[in-house]
Amino acid sequence: MKIHWNRDGRRHLINYAMSGAALACVIIALIPLGSILWTVIQKGGPILNYGFITGAEVAPCNANSQLNCQIGGIGPAVEGTFVMLGLASLIAIPVGIGAGIFLAEYGRGRVSRTISFLMDVMSGVPSIVVGLFVFTALFYYDIPNRLHIYNAYAGALALAVIMLPIVTRTAEEALRTVPNGIREAAWALGIPHHRAVRKIVLRSAGGSLITGALLAVARAGGETAPLLFTAAWSPFFINCPPGQSALSCLDNPVGALGPLIWIWGTSPYSNEISGAWGAALFFVLIMLAISVTARIILYRRNQRVGG
Amino acid sequence: MDYQQLFGLHPTKMRAIDVSAFYGSKIAIDSVTLDIPEKTVTAIIGPSGCGKSTFIRCLNRMHEVVPRARVSGKILLDGEDILVQDPVQIRRRVGMVFQRANPFPTMSIYDNVAAGLRLNGVRDQKILDERVLRSLKQAALWDEVKDELNSPGMRLSGGQQQRLCIARALAVEPEVLLMDEPCSALDPIATAKIEDLIYDLKKSYTLVVVTHNMQQAARVAEFTAFMYLGKLVEYDRTQKIFENPAEKLTENYITGRFG
Repeated sequence: MKIHWNRDGRRHLINYAMSGAALACVIIALIPLGSILWTVIQKGGPILNYGFITGAEVAPCNANSQLNCQIGGIGPAVEGTFVMLGLASLIAIPVGIGAGIFLAEYGRGRVSRTISFLMDVMSGVPSIVVGLFVFTALFYYDIPNRLHIYNAYAGALALAVIMLPIVTRTAEEALRTVPNGIREAAWALGIPHHRAVRKIVLRSAGGSLITGALLAVARAGGETAPLLFTAAWSPFFINCPPGQSALSCLDNPVGALGPLIWIWGTSPYSNEISGAWGAALFFVLIMLAISVTARIILYRRNQRVGG
Repeated sequence: MDYQQLFGLHPTKMRAIDVSAFYGSKIAIDSVTLDIPEKTVTAIIGPSGCGKSTFIRCLNRMHEVVPRARVSGKILLDGEDILVQDPVQIRRRVGMVFQRANPFPTMSIYDNVAAGLRLNGVRDQKILDERVLRSLKQAALWDEVKDELNSPGMRLSGGQQQRLCIARALAVEPEVLLMDEPCSALDPIATAKIEDLIYDLKKSYTLVVVTHNMQQAARVAEFTAFMYLGKLVEYDRTQKIFENPAEKLTENYITGRFG
C-alpha cells in the first residue's frame, strides 16, 4: 500500500503503529504461557506416563552416582489432590450454590450487595493466610487432641474456603442471568417460589452453575500454600488397613501435587528433580482440562441461549 | 356505575374497589374501581405508563413481586378479597400471559404445558397427557406441535411460543386469564391467530386483555376500560367507547390526538 505523506498518511501511520504496539503487547502477554508449556512439556513429557501418575514414590537417588536410580511415581500426591478436592467440593459446591441462591433469589437489596462484597473480599484473601487460619482454627477447637495435627480433612477445609467465594459468586451471577420473565411465568402458574427456584431457575442456569463449580475446583486444585499448614505432606498412599473406617484413614497427612513439586523441585536428588517436572506437566494438564471443560460448557450454553 | 345493567347476562367475576398501587412512594394507579364480567373479554386500553399493566398485575397479586411495590383497596374474586389470601392460591385461579413469550428454556413443549400441574403436585400421567392435549388444542397450537412434543419450547417461533405460554396458563385451569399486551411482540399473522384464540377462549374463561392497540380492543373485547395517568377514565361497552365515548379525554385518545 502506498503511503501519502500528508495528514491522511500520518493518520494511517499512527494507526499501524498503534495496532503494532497492541499486537506486541499480546505477544508479550503470551510469552509466559508459551514458555511454561514448552518447558514443562520438554522436561516432563518424556517421563509422563500411566505408571508415573499412579506409581508409588521411591527413595531419592542421584542418577550420576547411583546405579538403577528410578524416578518412581507421583501416585500418592495425585491421590491426595483428588481426595482433598473431592471433599472440598462436597463442602463448597452445595454451600456456595445455596449462598448464591440466597443472594440472587431472596436477599436482593443491600444485604445481598454487602454479602457479595464480602465474598469478593474473601476471594482476595491470600491463600497462605487461609491455610494458617484453618491450622489455627483446628487448634482453637482442640482438634489436635482428637485428630492428627495434619490431616486430609484440614486440607480439604482450606481448599473449601478457597472455593466457597468463587462458587457463591458464579452461582449468584448465573442465577441473575436467568430472565425475570421465567420467574414471573412460574409465579403466575401458582408455583411457590422455592419450587420455581429448584425446578425451573436452577435448571435454566444449569450450565453456568457447573462452570462456576469447575472453575472453583481448578482454582483450589492449583493451590499449594493452603495445604502446607493443613494436609502437610506425605510420600505414601493413604493407608487404609482392613477394619479401619475410611473416614479415620483420612486423619493422616496426605500428599498433594503442589507441595510435591515444591519439595521435589528444591531437592538435591536428580530423580526428584525430574519427577517434579513430570508432576508439573501432569498438574498443568489436569487444571487446564478442568478449565477448558468449564469454558466449553459455558460456550455451549451461550450458543443455545443465543440461538 | 350500575355494572349489572352494563354487563347484561354476564355476572361479575372480579371486582376492584378503590384500588391504588404504588412503586415505593410513586403512585402507579389511583383508586380504580372496576368490575370484570364473567366469561367474556374485557380490554384495558390507554397510553404507555397509564397503569394498565400494573392494574392487571394487581388482579393476580403479581404486582407485589416487584421490590417495594404495594397495593391498597379491595380486589374481590367471586366476592372474596384476594388481598388477604395466599397469593400462590390466587395465582392458580387467576392466570397470566405476559408481553414477551417466556417459555421455560430447559423444558420441552410438553413439559412447559405440564409444568404448572407437575409443580403443583399432579403426578398422574393420564391426567397430565389429557390436560396437555386439551390445553394445546385450546391454544390452537396442537396441530402445529403434535409431532414434536418433546422438542424444546424455545425452538418454536415467537407466535407459537406465545400460544405455548397461553396453553401453559390454561393447563392449570384458571378461572380468569390476564393477558398483558400478548401480541405486542408479534407480527400481524401471529397476532391474528392469538386474537382468534382470545375470541374462542371467552366461552370458558374470563379474560382481561391489556393492549395499546385500539383496533385489537375493538376486535376482541366486549367491554373496554380506558385508563389515563393511573386513573380509570371510562368503562363501557367497547362499541360505546369507540363510537360515542362519554368523556372528552377518551375521545381524544381514540381519535389519536395523543397517546
